Amino acid sequence: MAKAFTLGVAQIGPRLGDVEANLALYERSLREAKAQGIDLLVFPELSLTGYFLKDMVSTVALAADAPAMARLRALSRETVAFVAGLVEETPEYRFYNSAMLIDGGEVRHVHRKVYPPTYGLFDELRYLARGVRLEAFDGRFGRMALLLCEDMWHPSSAYIAAMDGALTVVVPSASPIQGLTAGELPENADYWQRLNRVTAETYGMFVAYANRVGFEDGIGFWGGSEIIAPDGAVLARARYYEADLIAAAIDPAAARRKRISAPMIRDENLDVTINELTRIRGRELAGVVKDLRRRTLAALAAPEKPAARAKAPRRPDKVPRHSRKLAAGARKAAKGARAGAKAKAARRR
Amino acid sequence: MTAPDIPLNAAAFRRVLVAFIADEVRKVGSARVVLGLSGGVDSSLAAFLAAEALGPANVLGIRMPYRTSSPESLAHAAEVAAATGIATLTIAITDQIDAYFAGFPDASPHRRGNKMARERMTILYDHSARWEALVLGTSNKTELLLGYGTLHGDMASALNPIGDLYKTQIWALAEAVGVPAAIVAKEPSADLWEGQTDERELGFGYREVDRLLYLMVDERWSRDEVEAAGFAPAFVERVQRIVQRSQFKRRLPIIAKVSTRTIDRDFRYARDWGC
Repeated sequence: MAKAFTLGVAQIGPRLGDVEANLALYERSLREAKAQGIDLLVFPELSLTGYFLKDMVSTVALAADAPAMARLRALSRETVAFVAGLVEETPEYRFYNSAMLIDGGEVRHVHRKVYPPTYGLFDELRYLARGVRLEAFDGRFGRMALLLCEDMWHPSSAYIAAMDGALTVVVPSASPIQGLTAGELPENADYWQRLNRVTAETYGMFVAYANRVGFEDGIGFWGGSEIIAPDGAVLARARYYEADLIAAAIDPAAARRKRISAPMIRDENLDVTINELTRIRGRELAGVVKDLRRRTLAALAAPEKPAARAKAPRRPDKVPRHSRKLAAGARKAAKGARAGAKAKAARRR
Repeated sequence: MTAPDIPLNAAAFRRVLVAFIADEVRKVGSARVVLGLSGGVDSSLAAFLAAEALGPANVLGIRMPYRTSSPESLAHAAEVAAATGIATLTIAITDQIDAYFAGFPDASPHRRGNKMARERMTILYDHSARWEALVLGTSNKTELLLGYGTLHGDMASALNPIGDLYKTQIWALAEAVGVPAAIVAKEPSADLWEGQTDERELGFGYREVDRLLYLMVDERWSRDEVEAAGFAPAFVERVQRIVQRSQFKRRLPIIAKVSTRTIDRDFRYARDWGC
């Protein structure tokens, strides 16, 4: 069985666009984590850069050889392993909203957000590229998967992580205060808590949810980071709206017990899922092909008629003199161009 | 006070709005705010929230009466200052307003009202510079949506803690944070001329229009849906037109685009960029 370890969440309030200041926040949290005996510390989404970056994306992005990356790797040697949230720049100059597990001076795993939200107050796809991989990975913290915020709102993400063998799902997030009404928490916070719990219980996994705090342009982040056990128990929950550091033991024995009593993962039939999804994708593709075919046939059956020629104005004297001159010039130029094109065509032949 | 028509958890709202003021003010390197204290429920609530966020010593409420302003407004503003412990100043605007309109004796009440609102704005911004404080906005969501405010006047501010709360929510939250009951209960008025009340001028009540705006804006109900829920089609039509026609008041001035990067089109940064 995989070994138990202590997972922590650093619920911080980063400064928008200030990587240096946020590196200092990381360092302080990491030193505190080390003092507390935490083995793996999770930071929120884009917590090294701030969230509503807009045109700042390219200026705060970190390529593999960036000095800040070297600093992060060094911090993982000096303190404890951690999951960072940052803008990753690739050699092709693409920018991703990424979470990186950095441990012992090395980047061990990178997850690029698969579902960058672009609706309501979110605008991620305007500035960021879309990740296309979603996979669990092995390491000294057992098999785990990283999902970034909105990824988790797509049930297929946690499903894939579970089927890929993850015992722990780590979810860095930047969830804003939205829909504050009659409840103590915003409506989306309430949903997050249900989602984290249902995910943990459904798949018999640990869920570590890391949200941030602070405000950016009036938009606040509600905090409330939490670590949920496979039986749905809240092992730790951070304060709402304020910075905090929480930790809990991740003991695989708890996942084992849950999976013995509720073996949904064992009984899951991948073939059924894949076959049905393939059928659905086929249906969607067939719809696209059918539509293309219909439009092509329609175009062939009724070739587009040239638009009826507009009649010349009855009273050309209404057209100002300089316009008539311009029009005459344009006609001449067009004629010249046609002649030129003909000549070119002749030469090509 | 009856239950609010629009759901509001007063403790949660109070916590978020107080945190908003503390965070956004301190982030820009300031510690203080200045606001116009009219004696009405909006600025009273803003004063209570700011005093809680920054400490009353860091909040300056300025009363800026014109000679026709109601004495009750001044008294209510004084009550708020006493209850919160914030500093206050009283600066009458009668002389400068009268001097200006001596040249335009037949100016309409509308023009006079706008001029007064903008005069007050210049005083707030002057004290913002004098005291190294930010101007705290006190427009609510209802009046922002209806455009029921003076552009570059009472609508001008550096930050606004209550701009996403409808008037009926303002009443509920004001009551919960301890704004004196007489201020919460009185009929809302811009107090720009004697006997003016918001609801008479608008032609409908806040409770009615708030419920409609909440359904259409926050809950995304269609016109058919709100009409089926009992709102008169003419009322719905009128409110929708008012909201659309006042859109310009909620936006920065439009800029003729000629370059490849135009401010707020393809030059996009958060306002917190510079913090």
